[in-house]
Amino acid sequence: MYHYDDFDQAFVAARVAQFRDQVARRLSGELTEEQFRPHRLMNGLYLQLHSYMLRVAVPYGTLNARQMRKLADIARAYDRGYGHFTTRQNIQYNWPALKHVPDILAELAAVEMHAIQTSGNCIRNVTADHFAGVAHDEIADPRPYAEILRQWSSLHPEFSFLPRKFKIAVNGAAHDRAVIQAHDIGLQIVRDEAGELGFTVYVGGGLGRSPFIGRKVREFLPERDLLGYVEAILRVYNLEGRRDNKFKARIKILLHEKTLETLKDEIEAEFAERDATLLDLPQSEVARVAAFFAPPALEPKKPGSDRVERRKGKDARFASFFAANVTAHKQPGYVVVTVSLKPIGAPPGDASADQMDAVADLAEDYSHDEIRVSHEQNLILPHVALDDLPAVYDRLASVGLATPNAGQISDIIACPGLDYCTLATARSIPVAERIAQKFGDGAKAKAVGPLKIKISGCINACGHHHVGHIGILGLERAGEETYQITLGGSGDETAAIGQIVGPGFSSENVVGAVETLVETYMGLRTSEAETFLDAFRRVGLAPFKEALYERSAGSDI
Amino acid sequence: MPDVITANRLADGVVVFQTADGAWSEDFNRATVCSDAVATKAALARAADDMTRNLVVDAYAFAVETRNGHVVPKALREAIRAAGPTVRRDLGKQAHGLAPHSGPAAFGEA
Ligand code: HEM
Ligand code: SF4
Repeated sequence: MYHYDDFDQAFVAARVAQFRDQVARRLSGELTEEQFRPHRLMNGLYLQLHSYMLRVAVPYGTLNARQMRKLADIARAYDRGYGHFTTRQNIQYNWPALKHVPDILAELAAVEMHAIQTSGNCIRNVTADHFAGVAHDEIADPRPYAEILRQWSSLHPEFSFLPRKFKIAVNGAAHDRAVIQAHDIGLQIVRDEAGELGFTVYVGGGLGRSPFIGRKVREFLPERDLLGYVEAILRVYNLEGRRDNKFKARIKILLHEKTLETLKDEIEAEFAERDATLLDLPQSEVARVAAFFAPPALEPKKPGSDRVERRKGKDARFASFFAANVTAHKQPGYVVVTVSLKPIGAPPGDASADQMDAVADLAEDYSHDEIRVSHEQNLILPHVALDDLPAVYDRLASVGLATPNAGQISDIIACPGLDYCTLATARSIPVAERIAQKFGDGAKAKAVGPLKIKISGCINACGHHHVGHIGILGLERAGEETYQITLGGSGDETAAIGQIVGPGFSSENVVGAVETLVETYMGLRTSEAETFLDAFRRVGLAPFKEALYERSAGSDI
Repeated sequence: MPDVITANRLADGVVVFQTADGAWSEDFNRATVCSDAVATKAALARAADDMTRNLVVDAYAFAVETRNGHVVPKALREAIRAAGPTVRRDLGKQAHGLAPHSGPAAFGEA
C-alpha cells in the first residue's frame, strides 16, 4: 500500500499544526464560529445531533493493521469505544470533543491518515472498488490512480472553494463495485483495442434530492491524460456551477441545465487548452505509485482445501459464511473474505474498538497486513489462504463478526439518520435493524437471494437509497416518521435510479411492506436464479404496487 | 408554544439546555421552560450572549409539551437529542439518567 514520503508527512503534519492553532484560537474566542466553521469542515469536523462528529478518510478503502489499531485506540481514548464506517469509505466518530480533535489528528498523522477534505466544498476522499488488486475480473488496480488523484487534489488551490462538494470514484474491474455512476466523476478503467490502459469517464452522477446517473463524456481517456481531463471537468464546473442555490450547485445540475453535448464540448475545449507539460502523467510516476500497490508475494497454493470442505460438511453456518462472504481471489488457493458489519439487529457499519483490533490482528496473521473498507459498510480481508479460512472464521465469530450475510437482504446500507444526524427527517438505523431481524442471516435470507436494501434518513441520500434494489427514504409527515419505498435502483454497471412505488409507510408498517415486496418477488420469479433486480426489470412496478396497496392491509393510504 | 433553549457546548460539543439562572445544564429536566414568545425571545438573547462569549454554539429554541405530567420535547428530533441515540441506549444522556422523564422510549423501541 501507499506510504507517505517526507513531503506527504510534512504536509499532513503542517495541516495538523494549522488546525491545532485554529482550534486554540476558536476556544480562546479569537475566531468566531462563523470564521471557524469553514476550517473545521475542511478537516472533517461537523457539529451533529449529540456532539461533534469527525470523519476520517480511508483513502480508496485500503488500510493496514497498524492503522486499524490506531482507529481503535482513538475510539477508546477520545470517543465512546466505536466508529461508524460509511458508504464513502470513511470512518466517523460520533462523540469527539473539539478540544481533543487536534490530538486525534496528530495520532492519525502518525499512521499516515488524515481527515483532510472529508467535508466541505472540495474534492472529497477518492473512493475505489474494495476488491481492488484481488478481484478476478480486474482490468487494473484502481488505487494508484485514486492515490494520484488524491495527491493532486489535496489542498488544490483552484479547487478548494467549489460550488459544492465533489466526489470521484475509480473502478478497476468489469463489475462496478464502486458505484461510479453515482459520483460527480466516475472513472472506469478499460483497455482499448491496442491493449492501452485508459478510462471511460462518467460525469454528473449524484444522489441527494435530485438523483442522476452519471453520463458518459469520454469512451476512452488515455491514462496519460487523467489529470488534464479531470482538471478540465473541474475547471468548467468551478466556473459555471451554480453558487446561488446550494440545491442546484452540483455538477449533475450543470449537466442537466446545459445538456450533455454542450458540457462535453466545453470540457474538451478546456482540455485542449491544458498545460500538458504540467499535467500529462509521466509513465515513471504511474509506475512509482503503482509499485506501492504491488500484490503481496503470495505463496502458491493448490486451489481446493480439504479442511474447508470438511468444515462445510459438518457446520452449516460456516457453509453459509463460505457461500455469502467468501469471494474468489485472483490467485488460486486464496480468497477474499468480507467481514460483515451487519450483525442482525445492530447498527449497520458500526464496529467496536475491540472488533477493530481483532480485524487488525487477523489482517496481520492471515491477510498480508491488509484490510479494506467497502462502500457497503463492511470490512474485507483481501488475501486469505483458503486453508486458513476456518481459523479466520472462528476468530471472527468470537468477536461477533462472522455474520454470514454479505450481499443478502440483511446486509443493509443505512445512514446514521435521526439517531445521530442533524439533517435527518427520520431514523434509518432502527428500520435496518428490524428488517434484518425479520429476515435474519439463515435459511430465510438465503432463500431470498442477493438483494440490496439501502436506507437514508433524509433526501440527502447518504444511505444510497436511490440505487438500492429496495430503497427506503425516511421522511417526516405531521411529526411522524414515514418511509417512502423505491424499487429497481442499482449501483453497479447497470446503474439505475429506483422508482417510487407509491405512498409512504409508517415506521410500524414499513418492515411489513418490505416483507410483502419480498414475498411478491419470490412468488413471481421464474426460478431461484432470477434475482430481485432481474425480476423487477422483467415485470416492472405493477405487481409490487398491487401487492402493497391493493392486497395488503398494511399500507397507510 | 412553550419552549426550551438548547445549544452545544463549544469545547466538547455536549448538548446543553438553558436553566432558570441563565446557566447551561446537560440535563433536559433542569431546563427552564419559556412559557411564551416574549420569554423565548429574552432567553434566546441570553443564549446569543453566551455564543458571543464562546461558551456555546448553535443555540435555538424548541417546543416542549407536557405528557404524563412531565415536560418533554415535542419533536422526535429533540427527544432523541435530549436523550441519546435510540439504537444505543448505553450512550448519551440516557446512559447517565439525564433523559427527559418520559423520553424517547415513548416513541417506541428500536
Ligand atoms: C452525519 C453527518 C452527515 C451530513 C451532515 C451529511 C450531509 C450530506 C448532504 C447535505 C448531502 C447532499 C449533498 C448534495 O446533494 O449536494 C449528502 C450526500 C451524501 N452523503 Fe452525507 N452526510 C452525513 C453523513 C454521511 C454518511 C454517514 C455517509 C455514508 C454512509 C454519507 C455519504 C453521502 C453520500 C454517499 C451522499 C450522496 C451522494 C451524492 O450526493 O453525491 N454522508 N450528505
Ligand atoms: S441522508 Fe440525511 S439523515 Fe442520513 S446521514 Fe445524510 S444527511 Fe443525515
